[in-house]
Amino acid sequence: MLSLEEVNEKYIDVLKEIGNIGAGNATSAIANMLGLKIDMSVPEVQFLPVEKIGESMGAEDEVIVGIMLGVESDIEGSMMFLMDMDSAHHIINRLMMRPADYNEPFDEMDLSAVKEIGNIIAGSYLSALSGLTNLVITPTIPFVSVDMAAAILSVPAIQFGMMGDNALMIKTEFSDELAINGYFILMPEEDSYEKILTSLGLSL
Amino acid sequence: MGQVIKVGMADLKICKAPDVLTTIGLGSCIGIALYDPTTKISGLAHIMLPDSTQIRNNSNIAKFADTGIQKLYDDMLKAGANKSKLVAKIAGGAKMFEMSNGSGSGINIGEKNARASKEKLKQLGIPLKAEDTGLNYGRTVELYSETGVYLIKAVGKDVKEI
Repeated sequence: MLSLEEVNEKYIDVLKEIGNIGAGNATSAIANMLGLKIDMSVPEVQFLPVEKIGESMGAEDEVIVGIMLGVESDIEGSMMFLMDMDSAHHIINRLMMRPADYNEPFDEMDLSAVKEIGNIIAGSYLSALSGLTNLVITPTIPFVSVDMAAAILSVPAIQFGMMGDNALMIKTEFSDELAINGYFILMPEEDSYEKILTSLGLSL
Repeated sequence: MGQVIKVGMADLKICKAPDVLTTIGLGSCIGIALYDPTTKISGLAHIMLPDSTQIRNNSNIAKFADTGIQKLYDDMLKAGANKSKLVAKIAGGAKMFEMSNGSGSGINIGEKNARASKEKLKQLGIPLKAEDTGLNYGRTVELYSETGVYLIKAVGKDVKEI
């Protein structure tokens, strides 16, 4: 039997591992798509009170890009990938073969490209989670929102807020000429959270 | 204009004229503004969830519509607000992502938050004077205690006054 603290510590280790593998997979997928070399920093897992999620990425009113997907099959829940506007413009400009300093508001095409990136990144993280837990995990189609950080982050804040007072976020930084700052948030439903822990041999 | 006082997520505060209360980037959360035009005592609560009785971990009363609005009301009366003069305005409760399947972030929690807030106001006998809720974008709100004006700002939209 493990204490709650030990379980949390181990869960954080697992999330870091997911961060490592997932970001590694995502890096090669994006690098292939954009035809460039990308380095990635060691992911950092942040454990923070739900009330602080809104300011975790910087200014609360800074406009960011959020991509959200549902998670189905053996576990139920949702996940989110977030990036700042500079990073989003950078990737989209690469993808659309535009000059690097182009920063007009996103059009429909850009938004579907953002969704596609979200799909790739989410898929990379989920296959890492699936590999570690032996659970079948499938993502639903992605949805995108470009809005104030606090408003987008209210979604995970509420989701974690239903279960407790803390939230877990994986921070990753990809870099080529410009750093791409991204956050990955996994939001399992309460039963699924237990299922993940059990699959990892962690139980209370 | 007096001081601008920030209200965080799952937080509530009151002030007197000429101060201003603000909360930044309401998504699915609701910003409930209470105002007494006679004393100009003002209050703003930023709630995240509709119902404290549905959640095991409910120690932060400002997190929920039912307990948060109650606390804001009690604080305002304690500060000298006139019970029969209080009016309310609410904003927020957006659906930030058009998720259509059953799983995910408790489908349309924003709408549930708005409904629960209105129910609680009704129970306390506070008339709802105006609302700007729903749709799919974030809102920053400012409550001016001098006038009772509730300003709503959103990305790429004109400032709205309710």
